[in-house]
Amino acid sequence: MSEDRDVPLLELRDVGKDYGSVIALDGITTSVRAGEVTCVLGDNGAGKSTLIKILSGVHRPDRGAVLLDGQPVSFGAPREALDAGIATVYQDLAMIPLMAIWRNFFLGAEPTRGRGPFRRFDARQARETTRRALRDMGIDIRDPDQPVGTLSGGERQSVAIARAVHFGARVLILDEPTSALGVKQAGVVLRYVAQARDRGVGVVLITHNPHHAYPVGDRFLLLNRGRSLGSFAKNEVDRDELTRLMAGGAELDQLAHELGRPSS
Amino acid sequence: MASPSPAERRADERLAATGPLRRLLVKPELGALIGAVVVFTFFAVQSEVFRSPRGIANWLDPASTLGIMAVAVALLMIGGHFDLSAGVLTGTTALTVGIVAVEFEQNLWVAMAVALVLALALGFLNGWLVTRTGLPSFIITLGTFLMLQGLNLGLTKFFTGTVTAGGIAEVPGYAAAEWVFASRVSIAGTEFRVAILWWVLFTALGTWVLLRTRFGNWVFATGGDDVAARNVGVPARRTTVTLFMTTAVAAWFVGVTLAVRLTSVQANTGIGQELIYIVAAVIGGCLLTGGFGSAIGASLGALIFGMTQLGIPYLRWDADWFYFFLGAMLLLAVLANRLVRRYAEAARR
Repeated sequence: MSEDRDVPLLELRDVGKDYGSVIALDGITTSVRAGEVTCVLGDNGAGKSTLIKILSGVHRPDRGAVLLDGQPVSFGAPREALDAGIATVYQDLAMIPLMAIWRNFFLGAEPTRGRGPFRRFDARQARETTRRALRDMGIDIRDPDQPVGTLSGGERQSVAIARAVHFGARVLILDEPTSALGVKQAGVVLRYVAQARDRGVGVVLITHNPHHAYPVGDRFLLLNRGRSLGSFAKNEVDRDELTRLMAGGAELDQLAHELGRPSS
Repeated sequence: MASPSPAERRADERLAATGPLRRLLVKPELGALIGAVVVFTFFAVQSEVFRSPRGIANWLDPASTLGIMAVAVALLMIGGHFDLSAGVLTGTTALTVGIVAVEFEQNLWVAMAVALVLALALGFLNGWLVTRTGLPSFIITLGTFLMLQGLNLGLTKFFTGTVTAGGIAEVPGYAAAEWVFASRVSIAGTEFRVAILWWVLFTALGTWVLLRTRFGNWVFATGGDDVAARNVGVPARRTTVTLFMTTAVAAWFVGVTLAVRLTSVQANTGIGQELIYIVAAVIGGCLLTGGFGSAIGASLGALIFGMTQLGIPYLRWDADWFYFFLGAMLLLAVLANRLVRRYAEAARR
């Protein structure tokens, strides 16, 4: 629907990665645009994690190119990707459970006041900003002083998303944000994904659940055993087709056939 | 801007779940505060000496040197690590001061500087080994503990021919050092040791660093989950090494205090103390698994230790009961901590 908008925020061209003799990823091409959600779908072992690691700067690709604003980039460390505006929210490694929400929110980027030995963590500002940033994302926090561990899984993901958006992420990579959640919680998280999208962030949503991906996604990249099964715009594919492709098409038909009751 | 606002209107009813009482309960030092009040009342009611100014000055003294160490050890524990070499390191630094000053005939302040450099190096070594190998700090520092125990004895014998390093009072610079580390301050006719003042300052500094600096936030994060901390850009390794070096500096401070106060240091000084530091920190609310605790709590733990240590002889009880008492306190504290952790980590579904 926005094919003719200018250069995509982030683009992959024929990206591949090997681990020794194993080809983990090969010939991956897709793009992420500002204000759009690109979903990466694939079963276990499809190469989703490898793709995240390339995007977030943990690994460099062995083949192909990663383009940010049309310029080829190569990240040597997660920090470099972060500085370029690519934030990654990992499934369960995003927050420290025993720490207060506001401490978590500013972890690694604490605002300070004063100079020299009197430079201190500006706790009041951190509390206020946390409250405001979460409210702007429509997240209801009861008390920024409560430990993150008292939040539900969905709330934790939401706070992590709000944190990435607050710190100016242009591209937000979400690693299976809904996989460990119940239906209701997953819905809450997807709502915040849409919220981030509406604020002009380019979102990469990694998931194995087409029912979560389809409503929020604008573009779908399907992976199977390290290879692309195609990159589709929303109008080129429907939900059932997506599910079928993801599970390996013919394989699913075969399975349905095997599991079906013998017709009497 | 589009606003889904899923739960804004429900905020009130859920706020009730975190009332003032529950919030107070998750303060790490609360248990130690209650414990300190109970222990004080218990002894003060039965012993007049205990509640007299002289008695207070007496039981604050063991609490002070222990408290300085407990604060540093608490910070390290919140950062997710143990230092079993912290006790013997007070002996190593005290012996270094004695040997460098007396056997090498240096000014006492030079000897103290040498001991400080040594302490920093040993703290760095502990931290470096722990962060590089990823092995539990318990086992790494157990190794350095045993090595230092051997070195303390071996080198003391080598340099002095005996198992003590003495004669510190005759060294130039002693008067000034005594004033800083071992003088007494008279308050209302009762003499208090200056170490009590240092203890209060160290506790205040530790609390400030922990709660009001970036470094403090990193300490909690590194101890809570170092992988997550690193993912958001916290220099977890540097934080850990700094904490080990901080513990070593505290051990140096206590070691110097011992050397200046006693003027002759036994080669086995500090051995066994490392567990007492950990006990004080745990009574003060530190979790053994890291990520939670307080400097004030550790100081209160040290205070409980000091009150019990002197309160028992004041009641003319057998001193053996002291360890029973300490063990019971520890057990109670651990059980209380467990409840707190459960509360803090329980996800609401």
